[in-house]
Amino acid sequence: MKIVVLVKHVPDAAADRGFNESDHTTDRAGVDGILSELDEYAVEEALKLSDSGEADVIAVTMGPDGALDAIKRSLQMGAASGVHVVDDALHGSDAVATSKVLAAAISKLGDVNLVLTGMASTDGGMSVVPAMLAERLGFAHIGFVGELGFADGKVSARRDADVTETVEASLPAVVSVTDQINEPRYPSFKGIMAAKKKPVETWSLADLGVDAGSVGLSAAWSVVEAVTARPERTQGEIVTDEGDGGVKVAEYLAGQKFI
Amino acid sequence: MAEILVLVDHVDGAVRKTTTELLTIARRIGEPAAVFLGSGYEAARDTLARFGAVKVYVAESPEFDDYLVAPHAEVLAQIASTAQPSAVLVTSNPDGKEIAGRLAVKLESGVITDAVDVDSDLTTTQSVFAGGYTVNARVTQGTAIITVKPNAVTPEPAETTPVEEKVAVTISDAAKRAKVVARTARAATGRPELTEAAIVVSGGRGTGGEFGPVEALADALGGAVGASRAAVDSGWYPHSHQVGQTGKTVSPQLYIAAGISGAIQHRAGMQTSKTIVVVNKDAEAPIFSMADFGVVGDLHTVLRQATEEIEKRKG
Repeated sequence: MKIVVLVKHVPDAAADRGFNESDHTTDRAGVDGILSELDEYAVEEALKLSDSGEADVIAVTMGPDGALDAIKRSLQMGAASGVHVVDDALHGSDAVATSKVLAAAISKLGDVNLVLTGMASTDGGMSVVPAMLAERLGFAHIGFVGELGFADGKVSARRDADVTETVEASLPAVVSVTDQINEPRYPSFKGIMAAKKKPVETWSLADLGVDAGSVGLSAAWSVVEAVTARPERTQGEIVTDEGDGGVKVAEYLAGQKFI
Repeated sequence: MAEILVLVDHVDGAVRKTTTELLTIARRIGEPAAVFLGSGYEAARDTLARFGAVKVYVAESPEFDDYLVAPHAEVLAQIASTAQPSAVLVTSNPDGKEIAGRLAVKLESGVITDAVDVDSDLTTTQSVFAGGYTVNARVTQGTAIITVKPNAVTPEPAETTPVEEKVAVTISDAAKRAKVVARTARAATGRPELTEAAIVVSGGRGTGGEFGPVEALADALGGAVGASRAAVDSGWYPHSHQVGQTGKTVSPQLYIAAGISGAIQHRAGMQTSKTIVVVNKDAEAPIFSMADFGVVGDLHTVLRQATEEIEKRKG
């Protein structure tokens, strides 16, 4: 079985993230990047499948040079190989264009049975790319999966959305997983050493046959018109409980007309 | 005036509050036209009329329930192709986002997710990077597909007599690839839905697993119960109640955080709450910096006393 895990290199959520002033795109240079935490669950789920049987796990990312780190981390965790789609023309691409490029990469890999993703990126966080990919590739799509199993060429999943659903689909499929599905492994020393020898391909838009004019900021189908830093919340009154803390909470709530 | 399609979010015809919010927003922009997919339209009709749907596209079929939402996207795209609306509004939840994503590809249109407001000129407002920034955006290609977060506006009734247009449903085999074999609704708690609630009381590590005081205060205030990731990971409360980046994002009028330190992961899910009240033993907990009112103290005693006092005041 051939499994693609889509991984994204994002600005660390623990740092002070921001935007490029000139074009309102995410600032990916001023803040340290990491593998999007939610993608680690997708990598782990792919590795669990390859641990238990025949599966070739390929980590795929799209992004500037630094995005290679997301591939490296996936390889250290245990993925067999990586693909880095990088092209200056991709800067500022929207979700629609991103899905177009990733679909082209998956098609170029060929005979992919399963595409695993996290439930959202921790930067843009739109959660729409997996469904867009399924739409483009004609794959089944199961999102927000908390438990995944395989039998007879079918995936069976427990989906934790507004209700809990048990879903079946025949392969090929795109499955996005939640942070409830597993506990991602840390790369071992052996894994870190082995990763250095694993193959990583670098593909440009030309390699994928995608028109550079159809992606990037100028071709985006939505535009950010303004970005405003939210004013820091100003701290209100803080009291120390001296046996009447609960009454004070109630008084505050009554004053704000919540009671 | 161009139609604004509003996808009705419902359970067997019981229309969810978010749909009435979308209809309220749609009225600012153009002519609200509701799209009802699934079963139980009879039960939905009155609510859609009360909140101003000028038209309702009714595609009734029990088949929708047999699959995930690919068939919804397919029929919605078919309706949009004929209606030529200037926008399609969908609730921001997992199903809504899948529908929006598929629709963007099908209609070759731009998509914006998680809007907390939509202007009459279709400019959207979103809160990003854990609430650190406000972004204004606009779709520039095709039909504006926008997913809107719960509680974006207060629903305002505007009685109409909608024109109903029946839509014949044919679902392609391609849309039937993800089959639902079982569906379990969440156990009813009698409390409001977390993302829709006007008041949310959340507990974290400081509860030590004892959510009784959190639930009691939520009930006294008519609110929903939330939990931090630490509490969920400890198995103290179900994941469906998790507030934060990997759980639900809430934006209630009042958010009470009890025994929650305020990691970025949690703040991402509640930073846009209107009023924040914090109860925590640790005076150094970062969440105090966000508090409109805070008590440094043991949540077990403070919450119990607050609940008693509220009950007393309510008489």
